[in-house]
Formats: sequence, structure tokens, C-alpha cells
Amino acid sequence: MENNLQVRFRSFGQYGIYLAFLIICLVLAFSTPRFFTVSNLLTIGNQVSINALLAFGVTFVIITGGIDLSLGSMVAVTGVVAATFAHPDTYPVIVPIVIGLGAGLGIGAFNGFVVTKSKVPPFIVTLGTMTIGRGLALILSKGRPVSNLSDSFNFIGGGNVLGIPFPIIILIVAFIVCSILLNKTILGRYMYAVGGNEPAARASGIRVNNVKMWVYTICGILSAMGGILLTSRITTGQPNAGAGFELDAIAAAIIGGTSTSGGTGTMTGTLIGALLIGVISNSLDLLNVTSYYQQVVMGVIIIGAVVLDSMGKKS
Amino acid sequence: MPILQVSNLTKSYSGIKALDNVQLTLKSGEVHALMGENGAGKSTFMKILIGLIPADSGEIILEGKKLTGSRVNDIQRKGISMIHQEIMSIPELTVAQNIFLGREKEITGSQTGWLNDGKIRQRATALLEEMGVTISPDIKMKYLSVAQMQMVEIAKAISNNAKVIIMDEPTSAISDKEVAMLFNIIRNLKAKGVAIIYISHKMDEIFKISDTITVLRDGKYIGTKGASELDERELIHMMVGREIGSMFPESNIEKGREILSVKNLGKRNSFAEINFSVRAGEILGIAGLMGAGRTEIARAIYGLDKPDNGSIYLDGEEISIQSPDDAIKYGIGYVSEDRKGLGFIPQMSVQGNLSLGSLSKHKKGIFINANSEESVTAEMAGNLRIKSSGLAQKVTTLSGGNQQKVVIGKVLLSSPKVIFLDEPTRGVDVGAKFEIYKLIHQLAAEGMGIIMISSELPEILGLSDRIMVLSKGKQTAMLSREVATQELIMKFAVE
Ligand SMILES: Nc1ncnc2c1ncn2[C@@H]1O[C@H](COP(=O)(O)OP(=O)(O)OP(=O)(O)O)[C@@H](O)[C@H]1O
Ligand SMILES: [Mg+2]
Repeated sequence: MENNLQVRFRSFGQYGIYLAFLIICLVLAFSTPRFFTVSNLLTIGNQVSINALLAFGVTFVIITGGIDLSLGSMVAVTGVVAATFAHPDTYPVIVPIVIGLGAGLGIGAFNGFVVTKSKVPPFIVTLGTMTIGRGLALILSKGRPVSNLSDSFNFIGGGNVLGIPFPIIILIVAFIVCSILLNKTILGRYMYAVGGNEPAARASGIRVNNVKMWVYTICGILSAMGGILLTSRITTGQPNAGAGFELDAIAAAIIGGTSTSGGTGTMTGTLIGALLIGVISNSLDLLNVTSYYQQVVMGVIIIGAVVLDSMGKKS
Repeated sequence: MPILQVSNLTKSYSGIKALDNVQLTLKSGEVHALMGENGAGKSTFMKILIGLIPADSGEIILEGKKLTGSRVNDIQRKGISMIHQEIMSIPELTVAQNIFLGREKEITGSQTGWLNDGKIRQRATALLEEMGVTISPDIKMKYLSVAQMQMVEIAKAISNNAKVIIMDEPTSAISDKEVAMLFNIIRNLKAKGVAIIYISHKMDEIFKISDTITVLRDGKYIGTKGASELDERELIHMMVGREIGSMFPESNIEKGREILSVKNLGKRNSFAEINFSVRAGEILGIAGLMGAGRTEIARAIYGLDKPDNGSIYLDGEEISIQSPDDAIKYGIGYVSEDRKGLGFIPQMSVQGNLSLGSLSKHKKGIFINANSEESVTAEMAGNLRIKSSGLAQKVTTLSGGNQQKVVIGKVLLSSPKVIFLDEPTRGVDVGAKFEIYKLIHQLAAEGMGIIMISSELPEILGLSDRIMVLSKGKQTAMLSREVATQELIMKFAVE
């Protein structure tokens, strides 16, 4: 027999992460008047967009019980590749976009191929790809930033449509597509099955390797979207860009309730996770917390949010 | 004075009562069988006793003292231990290390953090010897069979000075010889005054080992009787609340064309020279002792393992099966004996699991047609009488027998022409067994070919048209229904 408070805490903890997000937003709204302004909220959305795209991708992978550490490197490679084809008066803007996305698709498919064919744990495979990718980015750019990009390319990361930053529009579209993919399609259902119990999924006639190929490839494409966005925003293809992005993306997914052991997770959760990280760093800026302290505070809040969430899940 | 007295125990899950005012009186030195259909609340009751889940209300009195607010560890120390169905041990540690896990300091009397594996080993050796078990204390847990792991769990309970030991379906995955060994140990424990609560769906066992029987139905207490006051029919009546006629439906199903045939199938270290065929409407039983290669044959045909040689023909044409999805496409289904490992996805709902093998039938482009998925799975759940609070209930919160029905339903939904049923009634109560037998007959009547692997000879004899007997990976007999008897099957099974 447990006490009432524990029970109550649990049922409230089911929505732990949403509540944590709400509470933090409310506190910020009261403590910094500038937080709840349209322009600040748009800034946050804009800042969050790249991490959210990567986090959506890695959510698919984690749901199947895998992991992808090569996100940050894919951002760099795809950014550099896209930038190379994005100089003014060379190709129409669709060309760098398609080639960039193609590069992400290729690297993602490579991850999927090695993971399914070699039986080497995805942690190791994608760690390798992370290094390879970084190297490729440096080789392709000869170690120098690729600058002088066309205006239409720079619109992707810097433009506005009806006052809304274009990256936010991309973010919303990607979120909707990813949610539908996960919840309404056969492939999405199979992802949960593979992560939940791989041998049983196989015995049910699911082609487990196909499902894994798909998730790593999708993750590669979303990383490429992140890479193109970033390149366009900073108007240069940076071979050193994106270092460490994988950790933020994985953190967003896990804060959002995706279990690292596979089989559970939602896109909404991941979106909230990414927003939570974005809101915290934005507000620490607003509160003039120096960047050294920011990191400490960020870590504490992340752990706190996940503890809250896991308390809700314990039955 | 009873050693354990439970009264007015109640537990609900989201408004539905899993246990409703249940009572139990346990005397020391008795084997007390707890009986009831799937979902009657037996496991829930036991989990409350050992402190794994809290009750809503009720009283538990152990040796005259009320048990309150206790955790699993405290309760174990106070003398109640449970031999779980899914055995919880650390595979990489040795038997001795597992037995005394968490109590290393007590055993060695040392106050420092230094391990004294020698002493732990000594204690374990003495303990296992006393039980009359021949398991080396130094072997790693992962090399043991299910039965041996159970013995280790029992050793652990004894070393905890257990006064009450709960066994939840302990014989569902072990061989007859091992059952005999387990019963010997139970008798020894009884002689020492330990009380055993014994849960099983195997009727013959219950009458062999138990002194007293308590029956639950739909979470309610039905009654307690001495085992000698009851016969099987009366007990079944108490459990299901109605008469069940003959377990095996009478039928004369017309046999059709040959659907599946297997020639000279072999796999190194598992089985060799296996030849059989099954016709539409036919039920082929496969009998043999545990480890005779029955499951391995089914796995090889279904594409879970690769056979080394031999050929498989479907409707007269040779086919090659590389993986289960090939097998399903050809119309071969497999209900595994390993429900947890190969049967279902624990995070998913009843519906998600039921439809998992047949989603391609609910395809709208790349999307799932939710309406057709729901109506088809609801119909199957109804046909199989799966007891749940709804299709959205998580499969892991169903009772064991109902989980089994979900797995069978999943395979049936992929509309197989021929189906392997590997221990289809393991952990299933009498009422549901009867339903599954009826279902098997119905499927055969619809023209499905059925291959049923079972360790329960009455089931094999009652249902099969022909019986293939295996011994150590070799096919030793193919008996027709007319000539087959228990004795004959056993003779060929040990050949
Ligand atoms: N966590 C849970 N959430 C919801 N319902 C539950 C949960 N645990 C158990 N139940 C329900 O309680 C009822 C009793 O289940 P229990 O496992 O005790 O049955 P049982 O008698 O052990 O059956 P079996 O013989 O099949 O093992 C079932 O209807 C089950 O669905
Ligand atoms: Mg049970």
C-alpha cells in the first residue's frame, strides 16, 4: 500500500514532460517580460528548427532500438555539398537542395546497410560514420568554408513568409509528415514492433532489415534538411558545423519520452523536448546568464525533466 | 493456527475488479492449489502477496502478524517467496552467486565490501545437496535449462527460510522427468512444514500434488475444498461455472488434397531425415520429449532457422523459404511455444499485436486503414473470447492465457493454409483449452492443414488424425489415430 501522494504524483507524472514545459514557460513569462513576445517566440522557433529536424530523424531510429551518432557530421557534409552547388548564377536553387538531400539519403542508407548486414551495434557503426562524415566534409571543402551563396538559397534559412521565418514553416511541415509516417503508416507500426521485440517482429513476417534501412535513411534525409537550413542561415557551408548536434537531438527525443531501449516514443514528445531545450537556452540568454553557467543549468533541467517523466511511467 | 490468512482482498484496474473480496487460509505443510480460468486473478493475487503490487483493500496475516506497507525484500525476509514464471536471475553470474545475490554480507559475515566467493560456494553446495539437486554451484546461470533455473529459485527461497513458497505455473515449460523431480522437492518441503501455493492449468498435476484447492472465478472467491473431496469434473465446474462436455469434439472431417510435404529435412545437431505431409482438413500431431527436435523442425520450415538439407513442397511445388515473411506469403503460419520471446510486442496493444502479421490486408497506399483493422481484430478477439478491457489494453497486462490467444489470433489473421501450433494450450485454462480445441477442429473443417506440437499426450491423442513421434531428432514412428495410445507414443519417444 503506497501513500496517496505518490499515487497522485504518478498520475500527474504521466504528462510530466508537457507539464514541465508548461511550468517553465509560465515561470519565464513572469520573470522576463520579453519572453512572451511574438518576436521572441519566433526567434525560439527559428533557433529550435534545426535541432528539431534532427531529433525527429533520430526518434525513428531510437524507436526501432537503434541510435545514430552521425547526425552532426551529416549536417556538415550535406551543408558543404549543397553550398558547392549554390553559388549565384550557376544552378537553380532546387539543385543544391536535391543534391544535399541526396547526400543525406546516401549516408543514412550507408548506416542502415552496415547496421543490417554486419550486426555491429549501431552505436559503433554510426560512431564510425560520424568520423568519416567529418572527414568527407573537410575533403570536399578542402578545409575551407564554402561561401558566396545565391540569395534564393539563403532564403531557406533566413527568409520570411507572411512574417513567419521560413525554417519554422519547414519545421511544422516536417513535424506533420513525421507524425503521420509514425502513426498512420504500416512502416511506422513496424518501427514500434521492431524496437519492441525484434525476434517477435521477425516471426510475424516483418522484414526487420528493411525497416532498419528505412529509419536510418529517413534520419539521413532529415539531417540533410538540417544541414541545408544551417548552411543557408549562416550563408556558408562550414565543414566544422554541426559538431555535437547529435547529442542535442538525442536529448530532445529522450526528454520527449522516447525510450532508449526501443519500442516507445512519439513525435509530439520529441517536439516538446526540442522546444524545452530551445526555451531554456533562450531564456538563459534573456536572463543574462553567462554561457558557462548556462551549460550547468541546462544539464540540471534536462535531468530534472526526465526524472519527472520516468516517475510518471513507473507503475 | 494457519500460517497465512488473507481476507477481503480487493484490487481494481481502472474500475474493473481483478480481485473482489478474495480470501485464502494456508496451513503449514500443505500444498494449496489455486485454480481458476485465465484472467481469474491468480497471478494478481500472488503478486499482491509478495508485495509486487499494492492491494486496494484487504488484510494479509502471516503467522498471526498483519503484513502492512511491505516491500518485496521485507516480505521475502518474513518468509514468503515466489518462483516466478519468468525467472529473474543474472545470466552471467554463477548458480551460487545468484542464490545469495544481495545477501553476500549476511552469508560471509563480513562487514567490509570484500566478497568471499568461497563461503558463498560452500553454502550453495550444501543447500543444493540437501535438496537432492545435481546442479554445479559454479556453472553460469545462462547455461541452465528452465527446470534447473527453477530449482535454483527454489534453493534461493529455502535459503531465505521461506515458510510460504508460491509457484505460478512452474511446470509449463519443463519435461515430465523434471516435473517428477520438482514434485519430489515439493514433498520434501512439505515434510519440513513449508506451505506451497501452487498454480497450474494441468488437472492431473493438481490432483497428484495438492492437498487443498481454492477456486477463483472472475476475481471472486468461489470456494475451498480438500483435493480428495473433488473430482476433475466438479473442479472444472467450480472454475468455469458451467458443465463442459467431452474435451475433444467429435468430428469426421473430409480430408482434401495434400498441402504441405517435407522430404528428408535435416539440420545438424537438431534433427535428420524428417518426412511428413499434411492434407487439407488434417491434423497431424507431433509428439516427443522435450529436446526431441519438434520445435526446431517447425522453426526450420517457417524460415526462422536454415535447414541443412531436404525439400519442402507446397501444393506439390517445391518452395524455398528464406525468412518468416516468405513462409507467410506461401500461407504457412507458426504459433510459437515461446510467447514472450517470439509471440508478441510487449509495448503494443491487443489490437496492434493481433494485426501485426496481416497489416498488408489493411493497406491504403502506405497508410493503415484504421477502420478495417479495427473491425477485423475486434471480430477475432470476439471469436477467441479474449478477455480484455478493450482492444487498446496493453498485451502485457492480459493474463497469460489470454496473451496466448492473442498470439494465435495474430497468426490466424494472416489466413494461413497450413499452420504449426507449438504447444498451443500452454498456460491456457480448461475452458479456453476446450475453445482452442474447437477452433482447431473448425479450422481443419475449413480446409486448413494443421500440425500440432504438444507435450500433452491427451491433447495429441484427442485431436490428431496421425501422430508423428520423434526421439532425439529422429522420426521413430508415424501412427494413425486408430492405433495410437499413450504407451505406444512413449515407447517410440524414448527409442
Ligand atoms: N496492470 C494491469 N492493468 C490492467 N488490467 C490488468 C493488469 N494486470 C492484470 N490485469 C487484469 O486482471 C485480470 C486478472 O489477471 P491475472 O493475471 O491475475 O489472471 P490469472 O488468473 O493469473 O490468469 P492466467 O491463468 O491466464 O495466468 C485480467 O483480466 C487482467 O487483464
Ligand atoms: Mg497467471
